[in-house]
Amino acid sequence: MVNSSPNSILLSADGTPLKKSLSRSLRQQKIRALLLISPLLIFILVAFIMPIVSMLSRSVENDLVSQTLPATVSAIQSWDALSGELPDELVYKAFAQDIQNAAKAKVHTKVALRLNYEKSGIASLFKKTARKAKKWDIETDGPFKEKLIKVHKGWGEVEVWQTIKTHSPRYTSGYFLNAVDMRKTVEGADFQPEDKTILIKLFQRTLIMSLIITFSCILLGYPVAWLLANLPMRQANLLMILVLLPFWTSLLVRTSAWKVMLQQQGVINDILVQLSLVSDDARLIMINNEIGTIVAMTHILLPFMILPMYSVMQTIPPSYLRAAKSLGATNWTAFWRVYFPQSIPGIGAGSILVFILAIGYYITPEIVGGTKGVFISNRIAYHILKSLNWGLAAALGTILLVAVLILYWTYDKIVGIDNVKLGG
Amino acid sequence: MAKDSQAEAFVRFNRVQKSYDGETLVVKDLNLEIPKGEFLTMLGPSGSGKTTCLMMLAGFETATHGDIMLNGVSINNIPPHKRGIGMVFQNYALFPHMTVAENLSFPLEVRKLEKSVREEKVARALDMVEMGGFKGRRPAQLSGGQQQRIALARALVFEPELVLMDEPLGALDKQLREKMQFEITALAHRLGITVVYVTHDQTEALTMSDRVAVFNDGRIQQLATPDQLYEEPENSFVAQFIGENNTLNGVVKELKSGIATVKLDSGDIIDCKPVNVSEVGERTQVSIRPERVELNKSKLPKKAHTLTAEVLEFIYMGDTFRTRLKVAGNEDFIVKTRNSSNQVRLTPGENVEIGWSPECCRALDA
Amino acid sequence: MNFTKTIMTTASAALISSAAFAGGHMSMEMTIVSWGGAYSASQLKAYHEPYSAKTGVTILNDDSSSTAVAQLRAMNEANNITWDVVDVEAAPAMQLCDEGLALEIDPDTMLAPAPDGTPASEDFGDMLVSECFIPQIVYSTTFGYRTDLVGDTPPDNVCAVFDTKTYPGKRSLFSVPINQMEWALLCDGVAKSDIYDVLATEEGQDRALAKLDTIKDDVIWVSSGSDTPQLLADGEVIMGATYNGRLFSLIEEQKQPVAMIWDGQVMDLDGWIIPAGLSPERQARALDYVMFATDTQRLADQAKYISYGPARASSAPLVGKHADLGIDMAPHMPTAPENLSRAFLMNYDFWADYRDDLDAKFQAWLAK
Ligand SMILES: Nc1ncnc2c1ncn2[C@@H]1O[C@H](COP(=O)(O)OP(=O)(O)O)[C@@H](O)[C@H]1O
Ligand SMILES: [Mg+2]
Repeated sequence: MVNSSPNSILLSADGTPLKKSLSRSLRQQKIRALLLISPLLIFILVAFIMPIVSMLSRSVENDLVSQTLPATVSAIQSWDALSGELPDELVYKAFAQDIQNAAKAKVHTKVALRLNYEKSGIASLFKKTARKAKKWDIETDGPFKEKLIKVHKGWGEVEVWQTIKTHSPRYTSGYFLNAVDMRKTVEGADFQPEDKTILIKLFQRTLIMSLIITFSCILLGYPVAWLLANLPMRQANLLMILVLLPFWTSLLVRTSAWKVMLQQQGVINDILVQLSLVSDDARLIMINNEIGTIVAMTHILLPFMILPMYSVMQTIPPSYLRAAKSLGATNWTAFWRVYFPQSIPGIGAGSILVFILAIGYYITPEIVGGTKGVFISNRIAYHILKSLNWGLAAALGTILLVAVLILYWTYDKIVGIDNVKLGG
Repeated sequence: MAKDSQAEAFVRFNRVQKSYDGETLVVKDLNLEIPKGEFLTMLGPSGSGKTTCLMMLAGFETATHGDIMLNGVSINNIPPHKRGIGMVFQNYALFPHMTVAENLSFPLEVRKLEKSVREEKVARALDMVEMGGFKGRRPAQLSGGQQQRIALARALVFEPELVLMDEPLGALDKQLREKMQFEITALAHRLGITVVYVTHDQTEALTMSDRVAVFNDGRIQQLATPDQLYEEPENSFVAQFIGENNTLNGVVKELKSGIATVKLDSGDIIDCKPVNVSEVGERTQVSIRPERVELNKSKLPKKAHTLTAEVLEFIYMGDTFRTRLKVAGNEDFIVKTRNSSNQVRLTPGENVEIGWSPECCRALDA
Repeated sequence: MNFTKTIMTTASAALISSAAFAGGHMSMEMTIVSWGGAYSASQLKAYHEPYSAKTGVTILNDDSSSTAVAQLRAMNEANNITWDVVDVEAAPAMQLCDEGLALEIDPDTMLAPAPDGTPASEDFGDMLVSECFIPQIVYSTTFGYRTDLVGDTPPDNVCAVFDTKTYPGKRSLFSVPINQMEWALLCDGVAKSDIYDVLATEEGQDRALAKLDTIKDDVIWVSSGSDTPQLLADGEVIMGATYNGRLFSLIEEQKQPVAMIWDGQVMDLDGWIIPAGLSPERQARALDYVMFATDTQRLADQAKYISYGPARASSAPLVGKHADLGIDMAPHMPTAPENLSRAFLMNYDFWADYRDDLDAKFQAWLAK
């Protein structure tokens, strides 16, 4: 007989604790459910989580240097980088060996490119040295200190060796430091020289402009969503088609159309000049700057604001407004105190959607943003596609991801994420 | 109860018409006068235009033609929020993002009352509907009946003289509905407010109202007190719609001294009270309430016609017996008799003589 | 354990079947990557169509050349190379070659000799800037100006770009340091031969940016070769930099009131590479295509459609008239003697070293 004190565990009929038998009976169901969703789960893991994990790891990974120059990396550890002296022959010899192997395997340019991000000139230094080193006999051709310096005077510079040593660890904070306009030096983290600081500015600009775009979308989208939710079926369907129309034209076409509209010899300026609202030699500059980006992106992202708003507004019965008016509220009060609070979940969902999309956009800012309207994503694209500095791109992407998560968390704290509705 | 004099009319519909689409009239030539303090119910089948009338009165729909007067003033051009009419909606329309107290306080806030006054009025209104302890709850945390009470309190808290209710009890279960019917009428009478109440439930209409306007097809078919409606339906629609009713079809043979002699399609002759038949030869539908049919010949007046009926079914219902008969070709002729000690119980297959006094048999439009 | 195994088997089965599928198609198909637009059209006419007619191979076009290095790297990492022949500029070709992502070419065995028997290595000569690079054309980045918007003295010198007094109005430049920095120093008085030495120093870089500062507010910064022709056509700018072939098309084909400044044109090469690591069968076809497409006649043919100079010495005399317009193409080539004399040669090694550093500086300067 089990001692049944008031707070003892509940037992099921056969004497096992109730919790245990409940969980056993649910396990079968859980397994079946898991099996059912497993294709989706695998898909999400492969298509969604893996790229993020790979991005995170790329932003700190740095095994290129230690893999390509293994002997140099181990030899250089005993060298005091701050001594101001060049490393000794051992390091030079190790390097000669490494660069020869790398040149034969054709992997020297990759590491050269990697180190060239940190110090300009290393690319050609490595390339020239590799060409020569292929013919050396490491056992007999020493000493390599003089030999290397003769090949290129760069090998007589302390900074080159400092760069190699600083960036030799397998994991590095260097990319993240670069991503916030700092750099990793032999003495630790340091700020970039002022004439190279751009990324923090771009982060700020991306956040501010995305907020502006989100607000413009709210302002423009709200009345449209309201009309959609309140017009008779037939007109609402027509309007819905108009709202969705932008989805059916290519992004490039839409963005280019804005060019034609907004440029100085464009449609809007022509009309303003014709109406004598602006003079011909003071045409407004509305493209290739922030305005261009804001206008074009607001247009492109508007449906993402309207649709969640609409689906929430559709669930607000008209009787609430009528009730408010019957209670003595003017149209405005009824809207502001009764309708609007109930539509906030739609605004929240739309804003999160638009903001997150905006923060990651780069094609439109690239085309209409000029130099003042480009986003951090344009820099990420540049580093992925052009400079091939994928580590830095990954660090920038990670920061952006974290920024979005922080904003999401803040939103949850302020408004509450249950207050986000994508539909009734 | 009915006070029809024009001077006293508090609400007046004057030749009101309404069309939504410009093709069909949803409300056709509505004339209605409601004196102050009356509990008037609009009763009718779904789609008969009751809600439309209520919405026109509240100001959410405009009349296509005609005038609506409140206190002798046309309100056609007064926006809803200035009409000062309380309203209870079918789904209550309690604002989900506000607490009960905030919901009640809303009409007072928009009237710019001071906070202390508001709080006091809210508390009083909540006490009135016995919901004093629910101030801080959200509507979603209340049961249907509780929401109903809050909706009622909210419609009354700003002390309107006229309150409109559109099927307010439609979503409640039977027991709660009956309880609320009683409470609403009691409250209305206690506060002396005028109520226009819409329902499609005839029991509700009959038990609650001072007068009932029976709607069908955009028209008021009859406007009368509950007992008049039941006892003296003015046309066959009202007779059919209110309570149980037996009908027999025939032609008027003779009209004389308040008696219409009708030759039924089966050839039988009966005497009726002419209600809306005016000429000999006119087709008519004769209506007799089941409980007014007499099986005991001795209780009939002297010259009353009788008909031979075949018993088809006998149903024991406790306090009453329901007998289904075949009368003059109608196989759904019901007779209701009280379960008293000397009441006969008929057996199917038996033939009986039935009759009624002519004033209980109403010759209506065909 | 079992679970992972199942996944691996399924995944590899899928991969194998898709590879088999792809292989089946490959027998008659090849994917050629290029720049799109009029340039790809000229290749279609001059190379692809005759090649398909001759061999029956279907050629699929992919306009990804601007991101070729990044994509080839990614394909190499994923071990799934879907391109057969790629059109790239000289600098990316060198980089791809150094990284082992492009196939090394022996010109004398893999490319066609000139009709007179001159071996390919001699016929291409200096154009063979990398072991993997199969030269195709010489192009240049240079300026065009609106003849109707520059007043009575049309500009003839690249430094007109920096002369906002004589030529007020907007001008368009690429938003990258390459070319813009050189032009800035050139117009700040640095001799052509010293430019890269100066640009390698901090002071030189600041000097170039300071020169660009003088016109910063008058510049519309563009990122693609198609921007400037559009801006010129719309009258948004009075002068702007783009590729000479785009300007030719704007002037001669679209008849816009635009003229060229050949002075200070920066010459560059464009050609083919074949990705390393193709299956022998695909590699053989790619080589066959390249041999065909870079023979003397084919290179001369391309000049009928676009004003880029053929990279073979033996093709130059064969350059004839424009296919539709019937005008003589030779004077419109960047390599025409009078144009060549004013050209500026880009230093690939310098940019390999300084591109990242100067790009960061340049972008920071632009954002200021
Ligand atoms: N907003 C509207 N637009 C068009 N027709 C309507 C509208 N509201 C009601 N109707 C039509 O008017 C008629 C009467 O409706 P209603 O007044 O709601 O009837 P009830 O409340 O008696 O059920 C119905 O046929 C209904 O379809
Ligand atoms: Mg209704």
